Amino acid sequence: MKRRTFLVTGAAGLSALAAPALLRAQGAPLKVGTYGGYFQDSFSQHIFPEFTAETGIEVESIGEPTGEAWLVQLEQAARANQAPADVSMMSQVSRLKGEAAQVWAPLDESKLTNLGNLPEHFVHRYEDGRLYGTGAVSWYITLVTNTEAYPEPPASWTALWDPANADKLGLLALASNSFLLEITAVTHFGGTDILGTEDGVMQVLAKLAEVKPNVRLWYRDEGQFQQALESGEIPMGQYYHDVTGLAASNGQPVRSTFPKEGAVLDSGSWVVSKASQMLDQAQIFIDYMARPEIQAKLSRNVGTAPTVDRTLTDLSDEEFAAVSSDLPPILPRYDLYVDRADWVNQKWSEMITG
Amino acid sequence: MKGREATTPGWLGILPGTALVVLFLIPFGIMLAVSVAQRETGGFYQWGFDLSGYQRFLSAFFGGVLLTSVGIAAGTAAIAVALALPFTVILAGLSRRTQTAILVVLLSVLSLSEVIVGFSVSTLLSQTAGVGNILAWLGLTAEARAYTPSLFALMTGLTYLSFPYAVLVLYPPVARLDPELAQAARTMGASPLRTFFSVTMPLLRAPLLGALILVFVFALGSYLLPQVLGRPEHWTLSVHITDQAIYQSNLPFAAAMAAFLLLVALAMVGVALLLAREKGDRA
Repeated sequence: MKRRTFLVTGAAGLSALAAPALLRAQGAPLKVGTYGGYFQDSFSQHIFPEFTAETGIEVESIGEPTGEAWLVQLEQAARANQAPADVSMMSQVSRLKGEAAQVWAPLDESKLTNLGNLPEHFVHRYEDGRLYGTGAVSWYITLVTNTEAYPEPPASWTALWDPANADKLGLLALASNSFLLEITAVTHFGGTDILGTEDGVMQVLAKLAEVKPNVRLWYRDEGQFQQALESGEIPMGQYYHDVTGLAASNGQPVRSTFPKEGAVLDSGSWVVSKASQMLDQAQIFIDYMARPEIQAKLSRNVGTAPTVDRTLTDLSDEEFAAVSSDLPPILPRYDLYVDRADWVNQKWSEMITG
Repeated sequence: MKGREATTPGWLGILPGTALVVLFLIPFGIMLAVSVAQRETGGFYQWGFDLSGYQRFLSAFFGGVLLTSVGIAAGTAAIAVALALPFTVILAGLSRRTQTAILVVLLSVLSLSEVIVGFSVSTLLSQTAGVGNILAWLGLTAEARAYTPSLFALMTGLTYLSFPYAVLVLYPPVARLDPELAQAARTMGASPLRTFFSVTMPLLRAPLLGALILVFVFALGSYLLPQVLGRPEHWTLSVHITDQAIYQSNLPFAAAMAAFLLLVALAMVGVALLLAREKGDRA
């Protein structure tokens, strides 16, 4: 009897102690990480307010650095049981690395009613079949030019190799975010199959090394290149189709071109940190983002390509053409940057700085 | 210590001592531990004892990168101190008010972030908005061209950032210099230039060395300016460390490189101090 009383009061005491924490968790906003800058601004403006209005879940927008910096931060924080963001938009390489390190919380499929809208490559599972992420947005990396320096748009990626463009290019500085290996392979070696072997990668790198005299800036920071592109200081390069389109619609003399070999189709996916205390709310958010009408809204307002099948959306041909292309895209070989990451990175550094 | 009155209570040393242990030695220990941790391909790392990070570093490629870093840092130190010494000597001869005003301006430069300095220099040397346009307008060059990214742009940025440090190290000893020594040399017929090189400079040997070492170590760690103002061949070891730590999430390798960089910095400082002592013995 005595023991039972103890248990009851104990439990009551515990729940009393736990209650404020619970309440706080309910009142706390869901922290959603998107790439800082344009994406973060667009999501805060077009997506989060209506999501909150519909679900009652407050969203705190977190700006993430691009690249793998965010993965490192999430992973370090998760070791201390902290979640700088509950839901994060991750690049595919970071997502795969996080999968290998089991940083992502498994999701409950029964809560994700819109999962069927997504093609298989945007439904991410651990090897044992547990779901942990979905495609968030996809975007193109295209050939961009300053319209004053180049009255005619370039038609092909071969413009990167053209001696006439000496010291005029801005290219992304890393193998794993520039996808220049894939671009070179498709442009000069008939496809990305050659990247399946180390020998093949070396051949492609040798070809890519030929662009070095044309490169003025190997950029890590997007802002640095965009500003130089707009001013005409660096009048050509590779950049994001969505941001370039936005800059052009704001009157900047820039244009984005889908080269005839195709543009690089990259994407980001939603994942939840395993340290997050807000898995339920996170799942509601991820499910909401997989609705066709939300994907269409992203295409119209942010300029990203939809992750769901185009036919599910109400995008017109014109609207679709503004964010995507019927040309077959260049698909990144993400396996290269996960399985052979260190080797590719080493050879890449030697190629650029050598 | 006996027989001498302690002017500072010993316990005051506890705070900086603790700060040194907590904020320097412990993170340094963690870094060393991470540098030998086991890298998981496609993932993160696990504690262990794996020297592959150090092995990977011992290659011609990273040797070259290390040489580049040391060269750029040494060059910056030499240029910044060479500019700072005459500047400080002249400054010390000015009126008190002017001195204060100039020092305040110099100190305010320290509040500028590396990012601002980097972008300012890159704009200044750009084709579209830079000095190239003035040169072309004056008819000195046929058309405006860009002077960035280049070694020149990088050294300009680094010197700009480190110049105030060199002045701040040199200023107190220069201000305390006995003016009579230089005056004596002048009375005995030495030219001002000769006085500067044979009297003023030797008197300032220790602070000069201090300034050189400070700027060298400061420039050795720079990673933003080489990216903004330099070409890939000018990327310092710090840029590669950042790439590994931030973009490749290869913390063990990044930590191993950082350990190497620290060793090199310590070795260079040690050699500089040794050389100075030998010279001092002979003098």
